[in-house]
Amino acid sequence: MERLDYEFAAGQPAPGRTVCGVVSSGDLEVLLEPGTAGRTTIAVQTSVDGYGATWNALLERVFGTGDLPAARIEINDNGATPGVVRMRIEQAYEQATNNGGKP
Amino acid sequence: MSVEQLLGRDSFIERGARSRAQALLDAGTMRELAGPFERLHSPWLAMQHLVTQADDGVIVAKGRLDGRPTVVLAIEGAFQGGSMGEIGAAKIAGALELALRDHERGIPTQAVIVFETGGVRLQEANLGLAGIAEIQSAIVALRRHVPVIGVSAGSVGCYGGMSIAAGLCSWFVMTREARLGLNGPQVIEQEAGAAEFDSRQRALIWGLTGGEQRVAARLADACVDDDTAAVRATLVDLFARGLPAVHRSDRAADFLACLERVDTTRQATAQDVRDLYSKGLE
Repeated sequence: MERLDYEFAAGQPAPGRTVCGVVSSGDLEVLLEPGTAGRTTIAVQTSVDGYGATWNALLERVFGTGDLPAARIEINDNGATPGVVRMRIEQAYEQATNNGGKP
Repeated sequence: MSVEQLLGRDSFIERGARSRAQALLDAGTMRELAGPFERLHSPWLAMQHLVTQADDGVIVAKGRLDGRPTVVLAIEGAFQGGSMGEIGAAKIAGALELALRDHERGIPTQAVIVFETGGVRLQEANLGLAGIAEIQSAIVALRRHVPVIGVSAGSVGCYGGMSIAAGLCSWFVMTREARLGLNGPQVIEQEAGAAEFDSRQRALIWGLTGGEQRVAARLADACVDDDTAAVRATLVDLFARGLPAVHRSDRAADFLACLERVDTTRQATAQDVRDLYSKGLE
């Protein structure tokens, strides 16, 4: 198991908090809460060691432009592929926007 | 089920635990307690280098079912096989104890447990077992006042200590896809050999431990289609019926008498089991 921490520039705080996904084989759980304006923090807990470079590349691609709402994100990953990770993050933002954060 | 029905149905099995709880309760009434943002991670899994889940795989949802105050306890089968650790088990037992307190204060809160579990979480050993024992006592305490209904939809099913908890429920609902048993097929095969129980024979396993068989053998009360509306309607129906005249677990002696009549010289078939229980439990 490995822990990775990230910080990215971001926009205004996300409109609400939400959770999506399950820590099942090949899947992950994303917890998203509103962050302080201008900054998104991501704490990753992953079952697969040694994939830091892949996480860097993936999260840089999603958050690198700095225009997503600011959030405190916790990711609990059980060996999801980068595609699944990206979809779960996008799902979390969509849910947070649509339901005002009700999980 | 016709093809149109099959395509039109809203699968209960495919839903995650949180989504199941939400679907069972009246729209807009669900409130999650001890939810993921409380960050009740299992302290024991992390020590063993396993990734934790923020709700420890158990959803505690309060709301209303057909207008009545209800608590739904849904186990997430996809996280660690729905296994019961210290935190998850305490969430279920605590919620049942609070429902009992509600009842004593004049709010008759009924309970639904969605079982999707292999039983105790081996990584948490005795703490998980103690937690399951607490769940069992809490079910017995609450069912004196209001029905506690268990549901197992699959695909994990309900095994181990939690199958005993299932046996203590006032009513138990299964789909054809769900399985109910004390030991799982692979455990039986490992202990007794493939000649006794071949865990790769799906027809044998579902024939003896699947939902249809368990209802026929009176170890469960209703076999429903994998359809969210059907599961919900069955729960509403059973709650309307109230408490059973005699709880299944109070008939343990009758069940044991049936087991004593098993012919152990040959492999029992599903039909043998049905005959045995239907004769002994009339």
